[in-house]
Amino acid sequence: MYNFLIDIFGSPVIAFFVAAALPLFLFILPYALIAVLAERKVSAHMQDRLGPMRTGYHGIFQTVADILKLIQKEDITANSIDRTLFNFAPYLVFIGSFAAFAVLPFSSFFVGSSIDIGLFYFLAISSLVVAGILMGGWSSNNKYSLLGAMRSVSQIISYEIPTAIVVLTMVMLTSTLNLDTITNQQTAYFWNWNILGGAATGIAKFLLIPLMFAAFIIIFISTLAEVNRTPFDIPEAESELVSGFFTEYTGMKFAMFFLAEYANMLAVSFLITVLFFGGYHSPFGYLGNSLGIEWLVPIEQGVWFATKGLTFVLVQMWLRWTLPRLRVDQLMTVCWKYLIPYSVAILLLVGFITLI
Amino acid sequence: MELYDIIFYLFAAITIVSGIVVVNAKNIVHSAFSLLLTFFGVSGIYVLLGADFLAIVQIMVYVGGILILLLFGVMLTNKITDVEIRSGSFQVFPAIIGLAAFAAILFGVMTSTNWKTESFEIPATTTFQLGRLLISEYALVFELLGILLLVALIGAASIARRDKE
Repeated sequence: MYNFLIDIFGSPVIAFFVAAALPLFLFILPYALIAVLAERKVSAHMQDRLGPMRTGYHGIFQTVADILKLIQKEDITANSIDRTLFNFAPYLVFIGSFAAFAVLPFSSFFVGSSIDIGLFYFLAISSLVVAGILMGGWSSNNKYSLLGAMRSVSQIISYEIPTAIVVLTMVMLTSTLNLDTITNQQTAYFWNWNILGGAATGIAKFLLIPLMFAAFIIIFISTLAEVNRTPFDIPEAESELVSGFFTEYTGMKFAMFFLAEYANMLAVSFLITVLFFGGYHSPFGYLGNSLGIEWLVPIEQGVWFATKGLTFVLVQMWLRWTLPRLRVDQLMTVCWKYLIPYSVAILLLVGFITLI
Repeated sequence: MELYDIIFYLFAAITIVSGIVVVNAKNIVHSAFSLLLTFFGVSGIYVLLGADFLAIVQIMVYVGGILILLLFGVMLTNKITDVEIRSGSFQVFPAIIGLAAFAAILFGVMTSTNWKTESFEIPATTTFQLGRLLISEYALVFELLGILLLVALIGAASIARRDKE
């Protein structure tokens, strides 16, 4: 990918910037456009409503109209806020969630950065989001914002632990931190996916399948909590805190927080896809291979990756309109009394199985 | 190689400027947040030196752990109990003398040391060697550090629990 861009632009510097900006324009922005609309339509249909219907056919231009509205809105900054931090926070949150995309392999042609510590980087860089949330909540000088930020950060920090343990389990199983290598270990057909025991053979595969399902459920729950989605949306609980740490934000800065939230949802969905569902690999083999058209394969891979990722985003939306919000004590109980012990048990069992 | 030089100076500037802000900011929360940039700049320099694992650990531990803890502490004391924490400059003259002495000693040591220089190719990744060293040569130290952290955790939990009696 990178070499191809150097060929086009003739300069490694320009190619570098283009390669860095591509995920934003190819994936995140179109995805956010679709996802915001999809969320409204999904929620509407789940509640037997119609949702936005006026803008275009069945309201498909609603998000475009919303963006135009947000751009026009006045950027309100109250007098008592901390201006520097207030203005910087949305960008820090977005940097954190966008930087996570740097290591994701989108297709065999577009791997991003194939560094050997990609998984670790993915977990570490999300701490920028945490700092950004604290920054936004504190600088707003508003008790709801501060409370929301505190709740959000304590929740993210707590749920990072089960995520990290499950990721550690997968690292033990695959013996690499490189997301591209993990993807390629799950090549060929869907029974090679890690959720179905990976490339292991014989009795180990059958022992791994239930453990992998449990690990997948744990990481799905904990990443859902990390992106502050319902049932874990205590940080922005509308009925208690107005809207949490971004209560004071308006216009484009609010839109940045919104975009970061959706980008985060997509990033964790992609992470789950890579870890458990074969990354960009097709479950059935490629049309391009059977037709003998080589350039079709990477495109198919990109489509598969996007499809798998978006499936999990859809499940996240589905859960949002199905489950009620947890209480704070229930939130911590779920994390510390259930998810962490179970994930540690899975870690030990998987270690045992990989040894024999 | 010129691009790498530019990136290096960028990270170095981020580190130094934000370090100065950490020391000089009137508001302690501003200090804490510019510490974020300092850590970030240092980890960028680690990346340029080929220490990839160390760079990520820097972000994970310092930004994700220590900085958040620090911010929590500052915010809880600053906002909830209404104690205005301000930082300022005191004892400027002795500080200058101490700093000058330290700089002179550091400069002297750096110029008089016989640095080991040999051409060595930067490994693509340091994770495997580090992992191998941790469970072979430094296994005992590693285990002891683990026990130390566990003791700290248990201590923190027992201190937090004592209030309920």
